[in-house]
Amino acid sequence: MADEAHGGGGLSFHPMDQFEVKALFGGSDIHWYTITNVTLWLALAILAVIGLLVLTTSKRDTVPGRGQSIAELMYGFVYKMVEDVTGKDGIKYFPYIMTLFMFILCANFLGLIPMSFTTTSHIAVTAILGFGVFFAVTILGFVKNGASFLGLFWVSSAPLPLRPILAIIEIISYFVRPVSHSIRLAGNMMAGHAVLKVFAGFAQVAAIAPVAIIGVMAIYGLEVLVSAIQAYVFTILTCVYLKDALHPHH
Amino acid sequence: MAENTNAAGEVAAGAPPGMPQLNPDYFANQIFWLIITLLVIYFVLSRVALPRIAAILAERQGTITNDIAAAEDLKAKAEAAEAAYDKALADARAEAQRISGETKAAIQADLDVAIEKADAEIAAKASESEKAIADIRAGAHDAIKEVAKDAAKDIVALMGGKADAKSITAAVNARMKG
Amino acid sequence: MEGELAHIGAGLAAIGSGAAAIGVGHVAGNFLAGALRNPSAAAGQTATLFIGIAFAEALGIFSFLVALLLMFAV
Repeated sequence: MADEAHGGGGLSFHPMDQFEVKALFGGSDIHWYTITNVTLWLALAILAVIGLLVLTTSKRDTVPGRGQSIAELMYGFVYKMVEDVTGKDGIKYFPYIMTLFMFILCANFLGLIPMSFTTTSHIAVTAILGFGVFFAVTILGFVKNGASFLGLFWVSSAPLPLRPILAIIEIISYFVRPVSHSIRLAGNMMAGHAVLKVFAGFAQVAAIAPVAIIGVMAIYGLEVLVSAIQAYVFTILTCVYLKDALHPHH
Repeated sequence: MAENTNAAGEVAAGAPPGMPQLNPDYFANQIFWLIITLLVIYFVLSRVALPRIAAILAERQGTITNDIAAAEDLKAKAEAAEAAYDKALADARAEAQRISGETKAAIQADLDVAIEKADAEIAAKASESEKAIADIRAGAHDAIKEVAKDAAKDIVALMGGKADAKSITAAVNARMKG
Repeated sequence: MEGELAHIGAGLAAIGSGAAAIGVGHVAGNFLAGALRNPSAAAGQTATLFIGIAFAEALGIFSFLVALLLMFAV
């Protein structure tokens, strides 16, 4: 009891330890080429994508089996999303969007394995994804539409005096996009995993351990849902930004 | 326990401070491997997975279209077969009706002939019987007449008279008529 | 002292998560109300629903991030 009075005592929470990047083959220096646990789990994500989409379809059955159904389901899901949101002319960017979706989905789910490392919980990773989408979409918008891409910020359906104000708001929201796009994913992943770790920390106290373990189970179920939904949200927002680049006029 | 907490605190302090996500030492490593990962996934998807799934879906679409066409053919055939069957059934029914009608007519004709013959025979028999009855009746009449004449002659003789046959016959005939 | 203030600030920032929860609840509840009035139109709007939820949730995530920064980075 004296321990508990001693600033948290028996409970020791280290919710952030799981996000630590470690070199796999010794050495404490992390250079850009060092093989770390990031490398390992990114490689596993590649294997998961290959396993889900390539190995399952190797038989090319006309009547699909279980694995092939999943692959076709994902293909159809993303394809329909791209087609619905961006229209017919967005279809040619489908492989890029499918890459993003499959990578985020597999990385999120792999991160849910106990003792694993969640690559998408790192802002460095999601920032590359988010800013990659941002720059790609902006450059594409200027290449496709030229200067008229700036019409995106000039809301022609609003009354004339309001338009400059709206333009400022639109420009701010345009530049906030990549930030919110990447932080949303990283934040969701980080928050969920930290909460899991905190609940697991409560299990150290025998009296509340059953409640804590039930809590971990419940949060884990929620996290499975969040992993899928965040992959979906990231992808559909990418589609929305792509639509803005292809058709900048509201 | 307090030592544990301290030790853990030291580990956290030993590592660069704060969240691992915000440690710039890790950025280059993560970015490098992430870009490699994305490139690999992109090439796997665009070279292998997506064309293959697209081909599978297109093939299935083709198969389904063909199957639907074949099913429609078969359906048309089935409908033709059903029409033929119905027609055959109707023909057979009409034929059966015709045959039964003919049979009925033939039987009716035979029956009519037989009835006619039977009627004729019955009529012949009846007239024969009537003739026989008339003969018998005539015979009876004559016998009564004879008996009456004899009786009348005897009665007349008993009364002491003498009666000629002629007048007795006339008297008997008159009585019998009356 | 400064560290303790940072912890208090982190707790205050975590209130933002509750505000984001209210926002997400509003989006989902209004979607459900609309969907029950016109169920045939609901299926086409699920993408919009998720985008709305994502925007509402992003701000909660920002407050969570502020809390984390105060806890670990300040």
